[in-house]
Amino acid sequence: MASVVVRDVSLNFGVVEVLKSLNLEVEQGEFIVLLGPSGCGKSTLLNCIAGLLDVTDGQIFINGKNVTWEQPKDRGIGMVFQSYALYPQMSVEGNLSFGLKNQRLPKDEIEKRVKRASEVLQIEALLKRKPSALSGGQRQRVAIGRALVRDVDVFLFDEPLSNLDAKLRNELRVEIKRLHQRLENTMVYVTHDQIEAMTLADRIAVMRNGIIQQLDSPHAIYARPVNRFVAGFIGSPGMNFLAGTLEAGSSPKFKAGDATIETGGYMFESRLESGTQAIFGIRPEHVVIGEQAKAMPYTTDVEIEIVEPMGSDTLAWTKVGGQNFTFRIDSEFAPKVGEKVKIGFDPARASIFDANTDIRL
Amino acid sequence: MANTGTLNLTAAAMDPVAAELSGPRGPRPRPTFSRRNIFLYGALIVVALYYLLPLYVMIVTSLKGMPEIRLGNIFSPPVEITFQPWVKAWSEACTGLNCEGLSRGFWNSVRILVPSVVLSIAIASVNGYALANWRFKGADIFFTILIFGAFIPYQVMLYPLVIILREMGLYGTLWGLVLVHTVFGMPILTLLFRNYFTSLPEELFKAARVDGAGFWGIYFKIMLPMSLPIFVVAIIIQVTGIWNDFLFGVVYTKPDTYPMTVQLNNIVNSVQGVKEYNVNMAATLLTGLVPLFVYFVSGKLFVRGIAAGAVKG
Repeated sequence: MASVVVRDVSLNFGVVEVLKSLNLEVEQGEFIVLLGPSGCGKSTLLNCIAGLLDVTDGQIFINGKNVTWEQPKDRGIGMVFQSYALYPQMSVEGNLSFGLKNQRLPKDEIEKRVKRASEVLQIEALLKRKPSALSGGQRQRVAIGRALVRDVDVFLFDEPLSNLDAKLRNELRVEIKRLHQRLENTMVYVTHDQIEAMTLADRIAVMRNGIIQQLDSPHAIYARPVNRFVAGFIGSPGMNFLAGTLEAGSSPKFKAGDATIETGGYMFESRLESGTQAIFGIRPEHVVIGEQAKAMPYTTDVEIEIVEPMGSDTLAWTKVGGQNFTFRIDSEFAPKVGEKVKIGFDPARASIFDANTDIRL
Repeated sequence: MANTGTLNLTAAAMDPVAAELSGPRGPRPRPTFSRRNIFLYGALIVVALYYLLPLYVMIVTSLKGMPEIRLGNIFSPPVEITFQPWVKAWSEACTGLNCEGLSRGFWNSVRILVPSVVLSIAIASVNGYALANWRFKGADIFFTILIFGAFIPYQVMLYPLVIILREMGLYGTLWGLVLVHTVFGMPILTLLFRNYFTSLPEELFKAARVDGAGFWGIYFKIMLPMSLPIFVVAIIIQVTGIWNDFLFGVVYTKPDTYPMTVQLNNIVNSVQGVKEYNVNMAATLLTGLVPLFVYFVSGKLFVRGIAAGAVKG
């Protein structure tokens, strides 16, 4: 049974359409990540699911119940916010039990739930402290605990790790994953961080301008992006895009400047017309150099223009067919500026898009 | 690049290593009597004296007897300190027919002040909270009208309010004046509270809603405990404003319900008999004590309130 269903939901702020007839189905126990740049409507969608914003049109179901008109507290959700949103005047215990007291649960039940949640999140020692006496990571743990004590089926996370430093973010990311494996709740998680999305999600919904561009497993989104936006948004450093034309035939060729790429192994989604303006996308990490390059279906000789060492590997900038092109190599074998190297890649791993519609070909 | 010639010259003049070690280090020395400090503190002292001088004159005059005042040395300290003028101002000075001094006006003012401050702040804070967090339909229009109200001159509304109060049967009573003060405090206080509640993180409000708290639950349990500083500011504005009010006091009350300011005016401006400057000074100081007290006490509270309310992250 689907745990959360969003059906044809639209939301307008005045004349601005934030969500446009959006559909989403989240399975029971699934971890869904809503991923997109700022202003794409991902947090808005989460707020709609939580009931903190009224939708302009459409319906929202949680556990088979139409909750479109329900108050947030009656929807069976727990929510974790980016700024933690802990009540500053209450102790950790007060924060955890606030929602339960509002539900008028018996005292021993409240105590039991607070105890269980604080054990799960290892914050038992902090129960008497005020939020101001906690570190960022501890605060976020308490915020998660506040959702946990509510004993709900659906967890909503609104960029919960964005306020933490990089190291803590990695730690808590693993902890959230562990929590999901242990609780097996449905989780809807909003982020603009693709690493979080890739590592946590069962499925990722990449959003732009209030529309879900692609809803798929992390691997599919990485390997077979449906359009140029998704291709460019996922992956760091970003995918190389070469503009050129496609020539149809038994083995279609892509031409960009002086470069001609045989697209033999590439699985086209649709029939090709000759002379289509197209964008050829290949990820920097799928490019190899030197001996390895010789084994690739496509090879070319290039001159290195800029190198950016990033520790584990190095990003090298060059030109292919007169257009900027980057590739990623092990820092041990990094070329120098001005050096001429042979690079190669397998067009089967590439993504080709229509230059006019940006849709995958 | 320096050539060898100059290098040798400097080496001969001073050992470069020693020069570097004995060079500037740590905080830059700041002379106490620099020209900047003299100007700065000089100006401050002059301005402070300028403002304190009238207060000084008032205090010394109120402590003198009338014969001493007639000598005309207003800056000289009292030769013989007497508290008689203060006693007279408080309990004996005459306004019209009654000679109870300012004490009656003081208690009238207190009876006006307390309900006005409590009522106006209670209503305005809920207004501000609703406007900031519960965006109801027409909230913007409501807010615009309310703010517009702040720009209408009081004089325009004096007479209509007299009629309204008369129709309500409140004209000439303390409660009528309380109502007037509450209404006139509304625009500025609502603006104050709305802006403060808007500045509180919205996510707190959302979290409280998910936690099942309602309109009043969020107001009392989440918002109020975080709003001490703004309440102190509102109290300062209202206490001083209402205490110092003269116009509404003189228009909407009768002689036996006159607030302290109106009574003070009647004492000081009475045209009959000898002008008792010492009593007038004492009466004025007495009337000004409440706002003074509020500033001194709440100034500290204010700072503490801000510190207590500040929880980051």
